[in-house]
Amino acid sequence: MTTVVEGKSARQSHHGRGSGRGPMQLIKNSYNQYWYAWAMCVPVVLVLLTVVAYPLIQGIYLTFTDATSLNVGRTIGVNEIPDSYSWVGLKNYTEILTGSNNQFWPHFVWTVIWTVACVALTYALGLGLAVAINRQIKARGFYRMLLILPWAVPTFVTIFAWRLILADDGVVNQILIGLGLDGPSWLSDPFAQKVAAIAVNIWCGFPFIMISMLGGLQSIPRELYEAAEMDGATPWQRFVNVTLPGLRPVSSTVILLGVIWTFNQFNVIFLLFGGNSDSVQILVTYAYRLFFGQQPQDYARSATVGILCLSLLVVFTSVYRRWLKRNDQGAL
Amino acid sequence: MRRGLAAAVVVAALSITATACSGGSSGSSDSSGPVTITWWDTSDATNEAGTFKALVKDFEKANPDIKVKYVSVPFGDAQTKFQTAAGSKGAPDVLRADVGWTPGFVEAGFLAPLDGTTAAAENGKFKKNLIEQATYQGKLYGVPQVTDTLGLMYNKELFAKAGITKAPATWDELKTDMAKVKEKTGVDGFAFNPQAYYAMPFLYGEGTDMVDAAKKQVTLNSPAAVKGIDTLNSILAAPGVRKLDTTSNAYANIMDAFNSGKVAAIIQGPWENANVFKGAAFKDKNNLGIAALPAGSAGQGAPLGGHNLVAYAGSDAKHQEASQKFIAFMTSADSQTKVALANGTLPTRDDAYTAEVNANPGIAGYSPLLAAGKPRQPLAQYSSLYTPFETQLIKIVSKQEGTKPGLDKAAAEAKKLLPEFSTQ
Repeated sequence: MTTVVEGKSARQSHHGRGSGRGPMQLIKNSYNQYWYAWAMCVPVVLVLLTVVAYPLIQGIYLTFTDATSLNVGRTIGVNEIPDSYSWVGLKNYTEILTGSNNQFWPHFVWTVIWTVACVALTYALGLGLAVAINRQIKARGFYRMLLILPWAVPTFVTIFAWRLILADDGVVNQILIGLGLDGPSWLSDPFAQKVAAIAVNIWCGFPFIMISMLGGLQSIPRELYEAAEMDGATPWQRFVNVTLPGLRPVSSTVILLGVIWTFNQFNVIFLLFGGNSDSVQILVTYAYRLFFGQQPQDYARSATVGILCLSLLVVFTSVYRRWLKRNDQGAL
Repeated sequence: MRRGLAAAVVVAALSITATACSGGSSGSSDSSGPVTITWWDTSDATNEAGTFKALVKDFEKANPDIKVKYVSVPFGDAQTKFQTAAGSKGAPDVLRADVGWTPGFVEAGFLAPLDGTTAAAENGKFKKNLIEQATYQGKLYGVPQVTDTLGLMYNKELFAKAGITKAPATWDELKTDMAKVKEKTGVDGFAFNPQAYYAMPFLYGEGTDMVDAAKKQVTLNSPAAVKGIDTLNSILAAPGVRKLDTTSNAYANIMDAFNSGKVAAIIQGPWENANVFKGAAFKDKNNLGIAALPAGSAGQGAPLGGHNLVAYAGSDAKHQEASQKFIAFMTSADSQTKVALANGTLPTRDDAYTAEVNANPGIAGYSPLLAAGKPRQPLAQYSSLYTPFETQLIKIVSKQEGTKPGLDKAAAEAKKLLPEFSTQ
């Protein structure tokens, strides 16, 4: 749900983006200068207002009420049911964060572990493959295509294939048993589920990182490598001191996107495990279950979990960007 | 000029947005021509739905002025889907609703009462307790289409090979039987599907339930309930049981294993008869044994389930009238007999039990069990209690939690739904 909208020409100053409006005069000047660009942006802005802002505001409002499917009013033929939910202030937040019988924190901890593990491993794998494929080898294009395949196949096809591979008597376990090991139930054992989820997500996610990194690698000037070689740097030293700094702008963007996507990665968890296993649900699938997977549908609580997710990501993004700026890599 | 152009762009944009956001209105209710009613069928799309589609065709032939739009909705999603659609666009005129949904839907104002309408004209011919189950606060809100209860389905051939002569009468006997089956035949003796509904017999077997509506008590974590779930746990830990499957495919996997003779006994209801008889192990239909579930310390108990056809309160008079005709047709003795013979499910009225129906091995096995079936309690929230129970049940049987702490959590969630109830 986090969309970054560049709704104006890039030459403009950073006024009026996300934060409050600039002074009237600025708007006037800008209007006189760029009236056409503004007019062109209107449709996009209006559509975004209706499909993003309105539901978001509605969602935030819901978090302060106790709305469920039982007390939201509707008219059905002759039966008029009035709204009977009420404003409860911050009760939802306090209950979710501190209430007894807590279900938020376990899901939160797992979500953080999941995000960190997935992003770190996907990044490492993507970078490794990008470096490997960036040389002059035979059939480079073929390898590239092969490695992009996991990304090109529709997610749900990939995941259903994995469900068959990871089944109790699936390929993975047959290999493990063949090696004399004990094949865990990848799709039902709480710990194995988590390992399986991370593995499948890495499989779905590494091609994107790899492609981005390849682009980054090709933009590093050759002269730097030549100079490093003249100075007698080993391949490892070249990688650490030339490649990695050169990839920084790309990396920072890719990692930020990776974190946001992984945090909100609904498909992998939902399609791999369904709504059955509570312990493997990340926050977004947990919120989904509160809304669609139970009776009565708990609109308020689900919205609250959603808003908490959004807040976490907003905080993370701003801290991350500040950290990048401080390190003077502000290429976001 | 420039300003004019800008204004024009804005206006154009506005109109685009407006058209994008105005939902198309549905429900053509022109007064001439046939009425089209929508029916959401929640029966199993592969094994049961064909019979119902054929009946819909028959109905359209008999009533040329009514068209029925048949929609197959997976049972698991239907409750939420109907709830979302009701009051906005896209709700069906007729729904095949689980008997447990009636109170909640009535409280929400979704259902039209059917007393004195064509739908309920033959009311007197239905089984009394099923009409009672479709009645809420003195009004009839559905016409029973099919009834069911859980029983023990077993593979007679495998039982015979293991030297077992009669179905197990207690959970302890089930344990010894399944160990025998494993020992003598090599296949698993029993498989459990970890869903709340299938765990109900363990609660009933100890004389308890999820709640006690009369006493206004949540009993999910009562000592009796803990004992019942502990019994289940001990079965799952005993030799001869099939490895627990908590994946989202569990249900299908267990049915496949049973149908192909890889499991000797399961807890199941008559809606799976049609599916089981397709299985390799049951080419001879008489190989399927059906018995009352084993008893706990307080006796046997299985939930009395089934489905009613209900009419949506939001349809206009014309659609309601057509819906009532349709419901009457679908629940007539003739239709029910057809469904019973094709699907092996149990009719809800005595006159539908023809000699031929009674001779169907699946139906013959289940119909004696109906009398002991335990109806749902008349509580709007009752069907909502399965969710917290199931979440914790999976954690308990997969050893992530102890029985008591798990059930305590389920009871705490249940109490949120029933604030005026006391907990143990």
